[in-house]
Amino acid sequence: MEQLFKELKHHFAVMELTIKHPDLAFLQVPREQLVSLLTHLRDIKGYTHLVMVTCIDYLEENTFLLTYLLHNYAAKTDLGVQVPLNRAEPVMESIHHLWEQGRVYQRELYEMFGIDFPGSPDVHEPMILEGWQGPPPMRRDFDTKAFSEATYSHRPRDHKEPEEYMKQQLYPED
Amino acid sequence: MESLYPPIVNGKAVYDLNSQKYLRVWQGPQHPGVTGNMSLELDICGDQVIKCNTHVGYLHRGFEKLMERRRYINCFPIVCRICVPEPDTNEYLFAAAMEDLMGLEIPEKALWLRTLDLELSRLASFLMHLGGQSGAFGMGTVAQWTIAYRDYVLDLFEELSGARIYHMYMTPGGVRGDLPDGWIAHARKVLDGAAKLLDEIRHVMLNNVLFKQRAVGLGVITLDMVDRYGIVGPNARCTGLKRDVRKDQPYLVYDQLNFDVETETAGDAYSRTLIRWRETHQSISLCHQILDKMPKTGAVHVTLPNVLHLKVPAGQTYVRAESTRGEYGYFMVSDGSEYPRKLTVRGPSYTHAMALLEDLLVGVNIADVAGLMVSLHTYPPEIER
Amino acid sequence: MNDNEIKNPDLSETPEVETKPQTPAYTEWRKDAKTLYNNGLPEEEKDWFCDARPQKARKSVQVIEDFLNWARSQSLWILAFGTGCGAIELRPLVTSRYDISRLGMQPRPTPRQANLIMIGGYVSIKTLKRIVRSYEQMQGPKFVVAVCSCAINGGMYWDSYNTVKRIDEYIPVDVYVTGCMPRPEAVLAGFNKLKELIRAGKAEGQNLYAEKFDWYKENQKQVIKDWNMPDYNW
Repeated sequence: MEQLFKELKHHFAVMELTIKHPDLAFLQVPREQLVSLLTHLRDIKGYTHLVMVTCIDYLEENTFLLTYLLHNYAAKTDLGVQVPLNRAEPVMESIHHLWEQGRVYQRELYEMFGIDFPGSPDVHEPMILEGWQGPPPMRRDFDTKAFSEATYSHRPRDHKEPEEYMKQQLYPED
Repeated sequence: MESLYPPIVNGKAVYDLNSQKYLRVWQGPQHPGVTGNMSLELDICGDQVIKCNTHVGYLHRGFEKLMERRRYINCFPIVCRICVPEPDTNEYLFAAAMEDLMGLEIPEKALWLRTLDLELSRLASFLMHLGGQSGAFGMGTVAQWTIAYRDYVLDLFEELSGARIYHMYMTPGGVRGDLPDGWIAHARKVLDGAAKLLDEIRHVMLNNVLFKQRAVGLGVITLDMVDRYGIVGPNARCTGLKRDVRKDQPYLVYDQLNFDVETETAGDAYSRTLIRWRETHQSISLCHQILDKMPKTGAVHVTLPNVLHLKVPAGQTYVRAESTRGEYGYFMVSDGSEYPRKLTVRGPSYTHAMALLEDLLVGVNIADVAGLMVSLHTYPPEIER
Repeated sequence: MNDNEIKNPDLSETPEVETKPQTPAYTEWRKDAKTLYNNGLPEEEKDWFCDARPQKARKSVQVIEDFLNWARSQSLWILAFGTGCGAIELRPLVTSRYDISRLGMQPRPTPRQANLIMIGGYVSIKTLKRIVRSYEQMQGPKFVVAVCSCAINGGMYWDSYNTVKRIDEYIPVDVYVTGCMPRPEAVLAGFNKLKELIRAGKAEGQNLYAEKFDWYKENQKQVIKDWNMPDYNW
């Protein structure tokens, strides 16, 4: 993996290589070079399989860390390419022309995080939620428990102590 | 004479839905012809589908958000419910991701028990799928046989772990308990019965002229589509590629077991069913091998210190396993606290049921839509988690 | 102690429902001012849907009712709609090991031919819309069995933003079956309990729905934000 990193450093501004295993590594790349890096990895280095596109929300650092996981079937290695995005205006270039399933991942990311991928087919169509009027739910500042208590009514609980209750049920004479 | 089918302009069919020639039909969530709660919005012309939009989200519970709110050991009961018909892969992957981040080594016997659990779960899932495949073409007999037989496998699980469907058996650190007495003999009986059932299925379904007529040539996947769409599992193996996570990146004890990767070259629904039939036999033989080679004694789990306040060291990792549908992966990010930072589940049905299905369904008769969809073996709960 | 049944919501604990209109005579239902408006539908489709409200089932002489209830309990056709996790335990019920066909039940693909809907587990908002639609399309007398603990109080998704916590605020439920998953024997016990209720004349979910229709509809519309179907989908 270090060999690959050295070769990529000639052309792209990749940084922060973390090697987790001999066959799993993560690196970061600035936003502008992502599509060309992915094309380079797919066509020349043999990372032909896009495993997933996901995002980690770092609220405290005000960034979204988009992660593209690629897999090389010939060398049997995984490479995670991570792109920090500004959380205030999350817009990213689309990769749907490289892999068809990219458009599905991008649609989900738009709905769950609010990251826009202009040009991706149907990216603004809601895929998972219907009639959703709140903020993108996977963001760190969305409190799901508060939302659930405000929107849905919960069944009132009985507040019985389990031990007391079972003693009464099993041994009513005592 | 006007052509029956709409003209193609710029690669897209141009048609007017109000012109009474084309119809928009929903093969919706409440439909016996979809594999679970997913819907297909089909535009049809006569009998053929000209466009398909898939709709998912009927089973969305917000797992990834829920898991950020729960401690690691509290996430563990939730994780199996991500994929409803085959929950063990999820349990194993969650445990493996945690152990990977913590650098934990689990005992030898636990590895074998985990492999046994995974292979039995593959067997149960394949049995259900074979039934569903024949039921989608209208032949309900095989469905009745396999779902009834799957109950015997679920009985085995119940003796082993206490529950039929959601076992919660593979905890981080090993497995929850050892095999009960007499389980091995019971398991061998069930496996032998399954092998006999599979022979009957071949006789009734795979050699059946009706099944062949309908399934051959349906939903052909070509070699160049595999990497373009990210197809994994038997759907990729039906094009001739020998890709199996258990052979390429062996995990647990798969490098000590003896099996071949099944492939076919035709790429249609019939070859996929053949591959899955053979893989069911493969699961049975793997289970027998595991029962033969498993160490008889040994610890089955490592006690985690202070499990309720377990802190996993910071880092990120990706672990994968081969489920019945293909490569299943968990991407876990931890920041050193008691709660997971991010856990993304990559289910194989994500690409199969959405990107691939929409392109494969163009030109298919309405009657075959169900058959094609079931032949891709998609389980909707793992698409929208 | 029988854990399989929780009583229907008491009328005393519901919000005030305005005095419902007298259900108009059959020939005049379209002209009644209190009929439903088909909210959310485009103009050209408003004519296609009937504007009547659901009506309570009319009961005749007790002897005939007993006979009809007995007959209904012996022939419940279940709608094949796997709404959540519970779907995975619906399939083994149909096979020969647990065989619901000896109880007179068979799975039907369309709601028009079914009179029992089994809510399997958690219900997300998107599925709730379809459940409401399917439930209203079923012919009466119809019954609802809710299995798994997620239908009772939200279960392990109690803090999820997309699942409904109490299904009986949206459709009336007759029998609950606890478990996660309940064994098929437990589901069969739930069906038997439902049959007892039907024979005793107490499975009144459909009539409850017709009486408190406005309350149910208001609850549904509060949660289902994009209401693009008629108010009463029958």
